[in-house]
Amino acid sequence: MRPFGYLTPPDPAAAIAAVTGRPGAAFLAGGTNLVDLMKLGVAAPDLLVDVTGLLPDQIEPTAAGGLLIGAGVRNSDLAADPRVRAGYPVLARAVLAGASGQLRNMATVGGNLLQRTRCLYFQDATKPCNKRVPGSGCPARAGDHRNLAILGGSPHCVATHPSDMAVALAALDAVVHVEGPGGPRLIPLGGLYRLPGDEPDRETTLERGDLITAVEIPPLPYAGNSAYRKVRDRASFAFAVVSVAAALDVTGGRVRHARLAIGAVAPVPWRARTAERVLAGRPATAEWFGRAADTELAAAAPLPDNAFKVTLARNVIVRMLGELAATGPAGTGRAGAGS
Amino acid sequence: MMAGVTTADDTSSELTLVVNGTAHRLRLDHRTTLLDALREHLGLTGTKKGCDHGQCGACTVLIAGPADGVAGRRRVNSCLLLAVMTREAEITTIEGLAGPDGELHPLQAAFVEHDALQCGYCTPGQICSATAMLGEAAAGWPSAASASLIPETPGTGPVTLDAAEIRERMSGNLCRCGAYVNILAAITDVAREAP
Repeated sequence: MRPFGYLTPPDPAAAIAAVTGRPGAAFLAGGTNLVDLMKLGVAAPDLLVDVTGLLPDQIEPTAAGGLLIGAGVRNSDLAADPRVRAGYPVLARAVLAGASGQLRNMATVGGNLLQRTRCLYFQDATKPCNKRVPGSGCPARAGDHRNLAILGGSPHCVATHPSDMAVALAALDAVVHVEGPGGPRLIPLGGLYRLPGDEPDRETTLERGDLITAVEIPPLPYAGNSAYRKVRDRASFAFAVVSVAAALDVTGGRVRHARLAIGAVAPVPWRARTAERVLAGRPATAEWFGRAADTELAAAAPLPDNAFKVTLARNVIVRMLGELAATGPAGTGRAGAGS
Repeated sequence: MMAGVTTADDTSSELTLVVNGTAHRLRLDHRTTLLDALREHLGLTGTKKGCDHGQCGACTVLIAGPADGVAGRRRVNSCLLLAVMTREAEITTIEGLAGPDGELHPLQAAFVEHDALQCGYCTPGQICSATAMLGEAAAGWPSAASASLIPETPGTGPVTLDAAEIRERMSGNLCRCGAYVNILAAITDVAREAP
């Protein structure tokens, strides 16, 4: 590992200035991904700016009726919060589905959003990777890509975004609060992440020195009837093969509103807006849930070893929406348990 | 705090680590993980290095920081924590769990009674992890195995730890000998006796 400096600035402005003025500097929060990448030689900052004491670590109700989650809130505290559990079960379930008890105690909300892909080639500094070394090539398309993207990839990169939490936040229309050298601004979660195109090294719309300070969840009256289902190779402590975050508002057997996001299928948490539009006003039946999934997944461009994800994603979507339609508006957060 | 007055170009810091109630003054290269500080600088080799990437849990220790809630002590992977990040925390390792007279912690005693190990390499991490896990359940934290996110009683009542709950909550600790059956039995015993 390359030697590095370590600073604990007195306030966010000083932290932002420290990172803005030094190309090799990086913010450090929980460190669960960054420290690992430094050990692997994938990340080599020459200065770590520790923001764990600077970021808000509370969850506050907003005037609009939603929640403002400090970027320094640990994943375990987010999942345990009674307001999150009751009002946004999809978010609590997504966080609980990720990592281990130890890692959730360390990892922060802001860091979770900015964690890097677990693509094997990205994490192996001896291999080419357009994300790690622009222009070096992508061995994944002809190599190990079983768990890589079926949607939103490019010839240059088919990495998947690894976060569970971000899939739930995508479905909830979360807004990311950012402070940077140019002052504060708000970025809808869908606008935070970039598809790889021909610049897979640029994963977000953040600029040098931008610091995520909070994540805001707008009110969503039917978010109580929401769930997260994660399919993975082990029963616990494994990244998703496919995951789905969904919230459903059904009245009189018809879908009034639906929120749907798919994880582990794209370089970004994949908000399934096409499927949502198909569902609006339709009968809450397996047939329509399947049509919605098929319409969304029609854009899929799988590789030989991950084509199974198309069927898998469809099946998970249909089953989850069916369960949410059955639990109805008085959802207890039971749907999707133990998956 | 000394770490706060280093300049951006210093690659080491003077810092104090408080481990098992004892303060240690050290100068450490910033690359030093808490795990390596414990083992290589303080001689506390009870905490084990398994994967060194946060995947096996052998390095699990307990940490209480200024803003910590649950039972005061949280389980963390010491291999992914830089020692310099823990300078304001109180750290408890497997060496600090027994009573001052050497009386075993209930989980240590249960692991012995149930023969919850073969080679023993994962055991310190298993026991530290289980210690904090019982606190999380007592505080009402749900898990992926919880049927409902909503407690049966208002507020956040304690979670009943059945086998599925314990397995899920302990999934961050691997045992390559496969002693899981007895590890589960040992933790179940202590969970039943917990207030």
